[in-house]
Amino acid sequence: MIPAPFEYARADSVGHAVELLGAEDAKVLAGGHSLIPLLRLRFARPSLLVDIGRLDDLRYVREDGDRIAIGALTRHADLAHDPVLAKRCPLVADVAEGIGDPQVRHRGTIGGSVAHADPASDFATLMLTLDAELVAHGPDGERTIPADEFFVGPFESALGPREVLTELRVPAVGGGVYLKHVRRAQDWALVGVAAVRVDGGTHVGLTSMGPTPLRASAVEQAVADGASPADAAARAGEGADPPGDVQGSAAYRTHLAEVLVRRALEQL
Amino acid sequence: MTRIALDVNGRRHEAEVEPRSLLVYFLRDELGLKGTNVGCDTSSCGACTVLLDGESAKSCTVLAVQADGCEVTTIEGLADGERLHPVQQAFHEQHGLQCGYCTPGFVMATVSLLKENPSPSEAEIRHALEGNLCRCTGYHNIVRAVEAAARAGA
Amino acid sequence: MSILGNRVRRVEDPRFLRGEARYLENIPLEGALAVTFVRSPLAHARVTGVDTSAAAALPGVQVFTGADVDAPPLGPPPQWHVTEGMVRPLVATDVVRFVGEIVAVVVSQDRASGADAAELVMVDYDPLPAVLSAEESLTDEVLLFPEVGTNVAGRSGKEHDESLFDGCDTVVSGMFWSQRMAAAPMEPRSSAATVDADGRLLYWGTTQTPHTDKMILSGMLGLDPGQVRVVSPDVGGGFGAKMLEAEGVLVAWLARKLGRPVRWTETRSENMLNLPQGRAQRLEFTLGGTRDGTLLAYRLNVLADVGAYPWLGTALPNFTALMAPEVYAIPKVETQTASLLTNTTTTTSIRGAGRPEAAQAMERAIDTFAAEIGMDPAEVRRKNFIPKDAFPYQTATGATYDSGDYEGALDLVLRSAGYDELRAEQRRRREAGDPVELGIGLGAYVEISNPVGETEFGEVEITEDGGAILRTGSFSHGQGHETTFAMIAAERLGLPVERVTVVKGDTDQVPKGTGTFGSKSTQIGGVAGGLAAEAVVERAKELVADYLEASAADVVLDAGRGAFHVAGTSEPSLAWADIASRALEDGRLGELRVSHEFQAPPTFPFGIHLAVVDVDTETGKVVLTRHVAVDDAGTLINPLVADGQVHGGIAFGVGQALFEEIVYGEDGNPMTNTFVGYAFPSAAEFPSFERVEMVTPTPANPIGVKGLGESGTVGSTPAVHNAVVDALLPHGVRHVDLPCNGENVWKALQEAKP
Repeated sequence: MIPAPFEYARADSVGHAVELLGAEDAKVLAGGHSLIPLLRLRFARPSLLVDIGRLDDLRYVREDGDRIAIGALTRHADLAHDPVLAKRCPLVADVAEGIGDPQVRHRGTIGGSVAHADPASDFATLMLTLDAELVAHGPDGERTIPADEFFVGPFESALGPREVLTELRVPAVGGGVYLKHVRRAQDWALVGVAAVRVDGGTHVGLTSMGPTPLRASAVEQAVADGASPADAAARAGEGADPPGDVQGSAAYRTHLAEVLVRRALEQL
Repeated sequence: MTRIALDVNGRRHEAEVEPRSLLVYFLRDELGLKGTNVGCDTSSCGACTVLLDGESAKSCTVLAVQADGCEVTTIEGLADGERLHPVQQAFHEQHGLQCGYCTPGFVMATVSLLKENPSPSEAEIRHALEGNLCRCTGYHNIVRAVEAAARAGA
Repeated sequence: MSILGNRVRRVEDPRFLRGEARYLENIPLEGALAVTFVRSPLAHARVTGVDTSAAAALPGVQVFTGADVDAPPLGPPPQWHVTEGMVRPLVATDVVRFVGEIVAVVVSQDRASGADAAELVMVDYDPLPAVLSAEESLTDEVLLFPEVGTNVAGRSGKEHDESLFDGCDTVVSGMFWSQRMAAAPMEPRSSAATVDADGRLLYWGTTQTPHTDKMILSGMLGLDPGQVRVVSPDVGGGFGAKMLEAEGVLVAWLARKLGRPVRWTETRSENMLNLPQGRAQRLEFTLGGTRDGTLLAYRLNVLADVGAYPWLGTALPNFTALMAPEVYAIPKVETQTASLLTNTTTTTSIRGAGRPEAAQAMERAIDTFAAEIGMDPAEVRRKNFIPKDAFPYQTATGATYDSGDYEGALDLVLRSAGYDELRAEQRRRREAGDPVELGIGLGAYVEISNPVGETEFGEVEITEDGGAILRTGSFSHGQGHETTFAMIAAERLGLPVERVTVVKGDTDQVPKGTGTFGSKSTQIGGVAGGLAAEAVVERAKELVADYLEASAADVVLDAGRGAFHVAGTSEPSLAWADIASRALEDGRLGELRVSHEFQAPPTFPFGIHLAVVDVDTETGKVVLTRHVAVDDAGTLINPLVADGQVHGGIAFGVGQALFEEIVYGEDGNPMTNTFVGYAFPSAAEFPSFERVEMVTPTPANPIGVKGLGESGTVGSTPAVHNAVVDALLPHGVRHVDLPCNGENVWKALQEAKP
């Protein structure tokens, strides 16, 4: 299928991108692996695409105090093999390795994936679970958005129309587990579960269990209160609002969340 | 229209393209390189896989304007004259193709895989080809072909 | 030494590997206009208005509605015995009956502007209640064709015999859907057409049946068949579903109407809505016997959901009924079938076409019976197989099986798989309380290839340089006929395979043909080519007799070197090149061109598959870990190609067992019109397959070959289905719906909970 017509502009800096985004119905194009399929099906019809794909200074992973700073345009394939992540936050690399397929990982970027705010996105859940800080640039300069304020609704983030996500900052954490259930290897997660220990607490996040990525707060509380993995996992569905679609019903998703949360806690 | 310049199979091309033009249609319709096929609308099937700056990419999910300044290799760019590329040769010898429609995509995905992992296990091969669909072969002989190509040092 | 039986690499491969294949979309057609179809977004509605003005106002755009199209509707051929009056207009005028039905046709300068214009065609709909299941359709509360008065498009079978299960001490029954599937060839459909200066129509189609399409097209467009040429170039898979449809007829009609070349290529989403789909049969079985494992009576009721317009899918339950007894000597078998219209995509043949459903029902019935009497399912099968010495065997449903050795196949598969060790491993896991259960399933089958006993055309011509051309009415869309058919002719001519060029898919170059479907090509098309080659050899002997001044009866062909000589003395000899050049000089080369038509009865390929699965009883996830397949299709021409056909067949069947399903939402909106929704499996979802060769030649044709393209599919679905249920037997599960994906396994476990 062929996208509806649009204008195209390539940004040569973040500032330039912000300026270009002043046009009505403009949209940021990074790797394009979330956006272009929507354009082809004509589900998205922007008037202007602002291509930030050449902003190579947004491709990096570096240690920054007790945090790891990841440039928004870092590709999944690069994250999967990144030496800093391997040492300081290996879960990000693990999750990157399991996204899409090799072709998608060669082009897709972590920033694009997170900014797309797809409730089925593995990275979105991971950012939420890690209490990541998301750095955005807009007309008023830079601001940092905590992950728990970033995901507003399905495919809707806290980014303003003229803001560009530039950096994702995650804590250095060892270990951590991300489990997902898929019908086929290339599918989006029917349900995904992230579990990590951050600052002595156990964080549990859920993919595809609501309109946005979710934290399983009831599970986290139960773990904090000393519940067993099985007892804590039984509360995985609390506060969730899973969709029912062709991949699976809401009831099955809730069941999967309980099983995967228990397994993740056991493996943690 | 936007002006782009890119190298395809070692040849420089310059063209004016509509921003909405997908790389695969640019290759097929503007450059006449009909070897890259289109099998779906959703980045699922991998029939359109080419190498973009040496790595596999689905050319139906890349705008032609995004490929400006890049090096593209398509299935037509693999063989050395009469001599098939070792991956092509392995697909032939192992009967890794039937109707042939998915074949260029599988061959390009395999070239990219073997560059990153020269001696993959069967499980790694199957995982690495998860973005390419084939309806004819049941993948059995495709996996044999990738193994054979790896043994041949492709 | 004969080349037949050797693993010959395919001669057609290089063009596909080099990106030089001639798929229809790759064929240049100077000045061709692009065709885009405007399609219904509603499953059932009255069309109250079509406003084309905004679209037609775009530069270079023309729009046609149903009122503009003067070609007749596309009706099913009489041999499918479809209820009268249920025909599909090429473009809907008053009512649309499925999502995707054509309501207008846009012609534009290029594909992109066509997509833009199609969005501007405004259609007013008055929604009607949609019938989305065959069960609902049976009530006739909402009729798709009110003037016909019923939704039943076809029926077969007799009244139930109430005494059928008399004498049985054990009777089991079950019911499940052999779910609706997509053929999903990787190449979507294309059509193109142009009219030459003499008014002759040249039509290209992605079809398995070019000659049939030529007859349909000429009939629908009111043309003499001689005024139509149909070319089917390289076709990227068909799996039974690629035939002439409304879109192709409209493309041909437009070329004549506009006097311009036109072309159309569908998108995948369009393909998933409009390429006819398959299976969609509800299978209700009852199997009776005695507790010692003897089967006495079987009943199969088939309810087929055939979509909005009756097509080949309406007739396929007849094959299901014919093959209902499968490989078992069951004295009493009763079948009933009904084909019901629904507001969904039309159904047709897809890999297996009615035969998988028969095997799926019977093999589930056998396992259900085995579980009921507590006998090993392999033993129940062994006890009831039609014995090896009973062929030809007439079944209770009227089929005459040509040859078979079902018990031999069972022994082979059990030994190859290590059945006893697998059962031991299963016990070990069960005793350990492993949440991942091991399941072992068998799927025995016999199917029917060349099912209506057709005729095929073959012609062999010696060329000026002493090579040969083999023209065949069969078509190859991945099956490798350019190699296997060439091998058959080459072996008879004593030529190297590369010297035999196979020509197909062009009605001007091949005068007649029936195309490729129903696994019939080699056993009629291949044989026809072989017989034509033999006839050419006889003609050549006459020429050689003249040239060597001998009697034709004394001339022999030394196939090893492709040279003729007088018996008893190897020299002087004449090779094909010598004969061809002399015959050319003498004006006699034309004698070395012989055509042959070969008709043969159906054959009955058989086999048995054994699947091993891991079933995670917590998530429901099923992983196929081994698949051992014995498929006997008689003599093999090229085992390399034969293996490939079986592998593909297995994957198609496993796709049905574990992953794939066409799903419609409550309003009839398709949920699976992309490869994101439709779970087409990748390499990551399969193990390598263990194919075990077995060869029982058929007496039905001189080569001894049966069909092989579909049998892998027939065996694999029930084997995997049975394996999943087998894994869950200790949990009280006796049935899992297809596809056995995580959710359906989980549901079965929930329902089995005490």
